[in-house]
Amino acid sequence: MKITIEGLTKKFGEVVAVKDFDAVIEKGQLVCLLGPSGCGKSTMLYMLAGTEAATSGKIYFDDEDVTYMAPEDRGVGLVFQNYALYPHMTVLQNICFPLEIQKVPKAERIARAKEIAKLVQIDDYLHRKPSQLSGGQQQRVAIARALVKKPRLLLLDEPLSNLDARLRLVMREEIRRIQQETKVTTIFVTHDQEEAMSISDVILLMKDGEEQQSDAPQAIYDNPANAFTANFLGVPAINNIYGIVKDGKFHTHDGSAVIEHEACKKVPEGKKVSFAIRPEAIELAKDKANFKAYLVHTYAMGKEELSYMTVGTTEIRGYLPNGTEIEKEYNIHLRNKGVFIFDEETGERYA
Amino acid sequence: MKLDMFKKKDKEPKVKFTKKWEPFVFLLPFAIGVTIFTIYPLFNVIFMSFKENFVLLTGKYSSLGFGNFEHVMQDRYFIQGMQNTFKYVLVVIPISTCISIIIATLLNNKIKFMPFFQTAYFLPMVTSATAVGLAWKYMFHYQYGVVNYLLGLVGINPIAWLTDVSSNFTALCVYGVWNMLPFTIVLLLSGLQNIDKLYYTAARVDGASTLRIFFRITVPMLLPTIFLTMVVNSISAFKVFHELFPLWSGQPGIAYNLFTVVYYIFYQFRGLTPPQYGRAAAAAVILFIVIFIFTRIQILIQKKFNN
Ligand SMILES: Nc1ncnc2c1ncn2[C@@H]1O[C@H](COP(=O)(O)OP(=O)(O)OP(=O)(O)O)[C@@H](O)[C@H]1O
Ligand SMILES: [Mg+2]
Repeated sequence: MKITIEGLTKKFGEVVAVKDFDAVIEKGQLVCLLGPSGCGKSTMLYMLAGTEAATSGKIYFDDEDVTYMAPEDRGVGLVFQNYALYPHMTVLQNICFPLEIQKVPKAERIARAKEIAKLVQIDDYLHRKPSQLSGGQQQRVAIARALVKKPRLLLLDEPLSNLDARLRLVMREEIRRIQQETKVTTIFVTHDQEEAMSISDVILLMKDGEEQQSDAPQAIYDNPANAFTANFLGVPAINNIYGIVKDGKFHTHDGSAVIEHEACKKVPEGKKVSFAIRPEAIELAKDKANFKAYLVHTYAMGKEELSYMTVGTTEIRGYLPNGTEIEKEYNIHLRNKGVFIFDEETGERYA
Repeated sequence: MKLDMFKKKDKEPKVKFTKKWEPFVFLLPFAIGVTIFTIYPLFNVIFMSFKENFVLLTGKYSSLGFGNFEHVMQDRYFIQGMQNTFKYVLVVIPISTCISIIIATLLNNKIKFMPFFQTAYFLPMVTSATAVGLAWKYMFHYQYGVVNYLLGLVGINPIAWLTDVSSNFTALCVYGVWNMLPFTIVLLLSGLQNIDKLYYTAARVDGASTLRIFFRITVPMLLPTIFLTMVVNSISAFKVFHELFPLWSGQPGIAYNLFTVVYYIFYQFRGLTPPQYGRAAAAAVILFIVIFIFTRIQILIQKKFNN
């Protein structure tokens, strides 16, 4: 099902949780709603589910306006951050509950529940109570409960945040697999950019209730719309060097370093900007150098070394070949990809 | 080095020794109180129940045996008291539990007036039961009572709540249920507040009606608290006694028709000459056993429910 969001706004009194949000989610996509804590992701999700009423704006499921439709009529499956499995019911009863409400006959109910349990691989635990399950198993039950009524839209609110690091990796692959098998349009909320990058078709990046950018993960990474987007995606994080452009060159504010780069041409002279460099854009210069950097420290990372350098007084991180000698100055060249210039105050992108 | 180690080892037990005693010293005043006022009387009652024709002041008795129990079990007032007590428990507990669950749920949903209602429902708990009882006595008044007035509004003829033998028990139950509400509601409310709102949201997204949410989610999740209030309330309902005083000025019903077990115990040494301490004790022991068994059964049922 295709979802269209137009000018969606949600206010809690003075607080604007979601602000004039526009988005289109195509049928069968897995979309990540990504943003820092408190940016309105959950609020957004609950408005789609119908448990929070929109203050203004419209939500369409295909061509149907569902903005004021009751939650039960929307046909959405919702998985909560802490799963909200009914503790007094067994796994099977939990999964059957949505069908029980729809007055599906008991035999069919159980057959459908078992089928979905098999899909999420919890069919061995059907008669346990939620308290007797591990976090990962509980999460599968929650997904099964959301999927069993064949929702048009599956909503997941930070479903992995309660799991340990290793299980998170496994479970996000699982979610991807289940989504691909069922082809259900899915919106997945997370504040973990790595999670979003790894499983989604499209990332909807938001901040303070406002949409920042929406595109395929790699497209956002390669082509960030603004400084926030560039900073939010990527591990290790993008390097920011602050300064101004003068005579076609970038100078740090304290004058400790100069960067020569053709991107500087696109920046108004004298504007305060941040020169942003992805760590992987950094390489040792063969002939033409962009700037000089002093290598402070390196960590072996297999093929390459994660290297801490200083450009003037700013510390940056990049990848250099194994065995690069530390405590020496090097000429650094920047690759074409992964170099941006943003306005220091507004975050607007110049280059 | 070695010497050091030995020194340490020598010191340790001493420290522990004094520490071991300390808790008991702090416990002593309380332990003495409990012994004198709870443990000693408890055992004394059990001993007393076997002493026939026991005189409290002299401590003399005619013989030891089951005579008191035999007498009590055949005493028609005791039998009537036991019947009334059971009837009272079986009527008051389910009704007060159901009403409390409904009121607590309503209060929990309408959070707006919460502080007001919480105070309002808690008030009867901190006011004197006798004063409240006297108020009920006037509310039950045949001619001027508000109960009959309200019944009149819906076209029901006035009922002689307190002065007609056939209505006495109903009046007692109404008052008993009302008495039980505040404590039960407060407990249930705290139980309800421990239920995460997320469960309701989850059920609502799946399309559950309010009624279904109530029966399939609220009640099952509240069950431990419901059982707790039922056990505690049953114990206090078995001891129904002081409820009788304000309504009939110290009589068990208008025609001594509402004997309860505890009233029977009270009657053994207040209403008879010479006072029958042994029989009173025997009745108390029987009541203790009955409550004990009843509570065990309740707990067994609860365990069944939990599985
Ligand atoms: N019921 C509410 N009443 C008032 N303010 C609220 C309410 N719910 C959310 N907010 C506010 O709206 C903003 C967005 O909240 P929301 O829960 O959507 O954030 P989130 O992106 O899901 O954060 P997190 O990642 O921490 O879960 C926050 O500033 C929050 O304080
Ligand atoms: Mg949230």
